[in-house]
Formats: sequence, C-alpha cells, structure tokens
Amino acid sequence: MLSPESLKKIDREIAKYPPDQKQSASMSALRIAQEEKGWLSSETIEFVAKYLEMPAIAVYEVASFYNMYDLSPVGARKITVCTNLPCALSGGVHAADYIKKRLGIDFNETTSDGKFTLKEGECMGACGDAPVLLVNNHHMCSWMTEEKIDQLLEDLKK
Amino acid sequence: MSSQGIILSGLDGDRTWRLADYIKRGGYEALRKIIAEKISADDVIAEVKKSSLRGRGGAGFPTGLKWSFMPRAFPGAKYLACNSDEGEPGTFKDRDILRYNPHSVIEGMIIAGYAMGCERGYNYIHGEIFEVYSRFEEALQEAREAGLLGKNILGSDFSFDLFAHHGYGAYICGEETALLESIEGKKGQPRFKPPFPASFGLYGKPTTINNTETFASIPYIIREGGDAFLALGKPNNGGTKLFSVSGHVNKPGNYEIPLGTPFADLLEMAGGVRGGRKLKAVIPGGSSAPVLPASVMMDCTMDYDSISKAGSMLGSGAVIVMDESTCMVKALERLSYFYFEESCGQCTPCREGTGWLYRVVHRIENGLGRPDDLDLLNSVTANIMGRTICALGDAASMPVQSFIKHFGDEFAFHIEHKKCLVPQDVQREGSKIYVA
Repeated sequence: MLSPESLKKIDREIAKYPPDQKQSASMSALRIAQEEKGWLSSETIEFVAKYLEMPAIAVYEVASFYNMYDLSPVGARKITVCTNLPCALSGGVHAADYIKKRLGIDFNETTSDGKFTLKEGECMGACGDAPVLLVNNHHMCSWMTEEKIDQLLEDLKK
Repeated sequence: MSSQGIILSGLDGDRTWRLADYIKRGGYEALRKIIAEKISADDVIAEVKKSSLRGRGGAGFPTGLKWSFMPRAFPGAKYLACNSDEGEPGTFKDRDILRYNPHSVIEGMIIAGYAMGCERGYNYIHGEIFEVYSRFEEALQEAREAGLLGKNILGSDFSFDLFAHHGYGAYICGEETALLESIEGKKGQPRFKPPFPASFGLYGKPTTINNTETFASIPYIIREGGDAFLALGKPNNGGTKLFSVSGHVNKPGNYEIPLGTPFADLLEMAGGVRGGRKLKAVIPGGSSAPVLPASVMMDCTMDYDSISKAGSMLGSGAVIVMDESTCMVKALERLSYFYFEESCGQCTPCREGTGWLYRVVHRIENGLGRPDDLDLLNSVTANIMGRTICALGDAASMPVQSFIKHFGDEFAFHIEHKKCLVPQDVQREGSKIYVA
C-alpha cells in the first residue's frame, strides 16, 4: 500500500524507539503515509496499523487527534494561515482575508480546480514572523505581505 | 534576534548552526570537562542547583531540584525528554534555539543524561516547525559521527543516545505527561499526577522533562560554573533568558537579556510601540498568563518574582504587546477560541467550559452580549480552575478573568452598546499587515 521508499523511512523511525515500542513510530508513520498519499484514508490508516502491529483504532485515534493529519482529501497545496492573537496583531487576519479573496474560497474549502485548500491554523510557534503560513504542513512562510502572497500563489500554481 | 546572553550570542542566523561552528564557540567543552575530570553526577546536579536555573518552559521550577528527584539506583532504563513543543501563542524562542544553535540543546541533554543516569533521550519538536525538526536530525547525525552520542561517549564508559520525535498539531502535547503519551504513539492526553514522571514516565520508567532553553543553558553552567550563571541574572532568578516579543512593536523577535531587566528597556529594544501609539496592555508570559495594563507593566522588571508580584506569570517569556488600537474583547475572543480548539476533551470542566468561554466572549464581541455575561464568564472559569487533570483549563481561564478584571469597562461597553469601544477603522489600521 505504501511505496518502498516510504516503508524505508518508517523503518528508520521505528529504529528510534526500544524494540518493544514500535507504536511510538505511529505519528511519523502517518506523516510519511500522508506525504505519499496526500491524505489519510481508512485503508492507509489500517495499513499503517498492520505495519506497526497495532490495532487500527489506536492508529485512527492518533490520526484524528492531531490536527495536521488530513482525514479527507485536500487540494494539491494546503495553505494554513495562523490567525491567533500575536499573528492577528500583525496582520494575520488581513493576510488570511487576502488569500481568501485571491483564491475565491473560505477556510476549509478547496478551489474547484483542486489546487488549493485553505485552513485556519493555531499557533505555529513563529509569532515574531507574523503573518505566518504553512504550505503542505512542512514549509513555513514568514512575513507574508500581499506581494509575497501573490508571489507564493504564482509559484505554487506551477 | 538580539542577545546579551549565552544561547543566541555570537550566532549568524542560518550560517552557524553546524557542529564545527558550535565547537568554535566553546561547544562540547562542558561535556569534555565532565568526562576528562570525571566529575560525578552529584556534582553536576549541585552545580545546576547553584546556578538557580529555573525551568524555561513556563513553570519556572528549579532545574537542579527537578534533576535530584530522579531515582539514583533504578534497575532498568531511565529516560530524558526535551519539550520543544512550543505552541503557546506568543512563544517562539525554542524554534530559534533549535535552528540556530541545535548543538547547545544536544550537549545540554547529554550532560543531563549523564547527571541522571539516563540511557536515552527524545526531543519532542512542535510539528509546525518541521524544517527545524529536519535540521535537528542533521545535527544529531553530526554529533553521532563525532562520537558525542551513542556508546562510550568520548571514549568513556558513559553511553547515551538521543532522537527527535515530532508533534503534528496539538498544543496539549506541551504538557509534560501528554508529551510522554505522544512519544508512546498515543493521543496526547495528560496523565493524572501523581505518579510524577520521575517515578513513572516514558514507557513507565523514570523520566525527566525539561524545556529546550533549559537544556541549552546547561553547557554554560558546567563550563563557567553555577555562580557565573547566577550572576548574569538576579538572586533566585539566575541567568539570562530569551523573551519572545510579538504584537504591536516595531521589531518583533527574540531578545536574550538578563533576568531582572526592566520591561521598559525590553520594549525599547523591540523598537517601541508601533506607529507612535500608546501602550495599552501586555501579556508578559504567553497567552495563558494574566494580562497586565500598561501602567502596571511599565513598573515591572522581567523576572519570575517581579511579574508574579504584579499578578501575572513570566511563563515562557512570551511578551505579547497590545497598543491602544486593540479591542480587548476581540483579543480575548481569539485566545478563548484557541483553548476551545485545543482542549483535549478528557476532563468535562475543560472540554465543556472552554466552549462556553469562547461562545460567550464571541457573542459579546458580536453585539449579542447579555447583561449578566460577565458574571457567567467568571462563574464558568471558577468551575474550570483546579478541577481538571492538567493546567490547560486554568490556562484558558486566567486570560478571561484578567481581561475582565482590568478591562471590564470595555466588556460592559460592548454589552451595553453592542459595539467596540475602539472604532473599527482604528482597530484595522493598528493590526494591518506589518513587516519590520
């Protein structure tokens, strides 16, 4: 179900924990699975569970508890904007409004071409860089003025 | 980023994080000293106690004392964990430590592992800073290849290994027992205490958890001595500390300064209040700390004791600055939404109470407030505080209580007139996109 490359990455994670504590790798295994598949379907979660010798429900609990896992399909690019207080004081809400206008979607929506999903994020621990946003969970973009947002959206369309 | 301290000084952004740079700055000298001079574990802990280092994650608990809680002669594994799950609104110091000086944390953890007899450690890194997690893994690899991690460190009989574990979007995992659950590959729901982690921690074994900045302070303490560290700050508040300044200032960022520095000086370092506007309020220690009005804050010095005397907490050192363009009801609404969203759902008072707090503040902000809403908010907080397994419930309640206490008039105005005391256009102008 997952590619040999992904399984190799998961094996590396398993090796970080004591031999009888394979389940500790569930968070990174789900992350690796999501990187490959784009989102986590029940089949993917069940596969990860089997691989880690865990009950599927235990892995599902992890996938549904942490909010960077997507349990339904998202656009090719998921943009998460922080609108928490420190970011809001430096334009986080304005930046989110600008992206909504540019993409023609609201939070938790996907553009009709399937390219972009917009999410509202909670604190990313980078308040000094406000406005801050994440692209596909892992790439952080700092100090996002309207010009930089325009540039980012252009780059991501390619 | 600006430093008069020991962790971020002498760094050049992304260019000086590698092992070779760290060694040039005196890195791993503390560890070499311990190994070469065969300094005992007890003496290492005594030095940390002498430094008066207090936990930099928020609680301010004396680090040396915490280390001494670990059982000395325990048959079997003991663990160490670093809490880099920095997600408290306003706090962004550990990210800079990890990306610009990762080896200071690694060295601090190796020394801690030595002092407490741990065989293995995990650094739990906030999922949203995944690029920093990847860099930390690279730094670990450098340390392993240099014989600083793994079996028989620097040729001694001391072995210790260290790994990175990432979060994936749950504020609650910054709570130490939730963090342990999360390393165990479960939902991050806090455990009931006691037993404390020093007796029942990761995988049920004795475990000590410290904050990133705490570990990063250790090499200096061992290298220069506990007294030298203490002298950098003030009695009972040893050392320098990182303050993350955000909000309405001209130069948001991290400032590493001696504990006891006047707040007015820190504000000036951060470029002062934006647009020449007047300071209105400050949250001095992360979003969970009670808010203080400008007049009180301007008389404070930045240390655990002064801020606590003023009625708030130094917490993680996250200073959120709000100027006169801020609507305090809207500010509280944002915070209350955060705690509502992040409650893990385990304890009823927090799961239900944070929803009540958010919904009531939200309706006040949106012109639907009722005359007895402030009493209702105070009653909900009273029914959350002290009635939950972990401190998230308290953390959600303290902002509500303090905002009402200090800015009650603004809330009353909202309820009576169904609009903000601060005009909308002033608010918009004050919080538009600002990049220094």
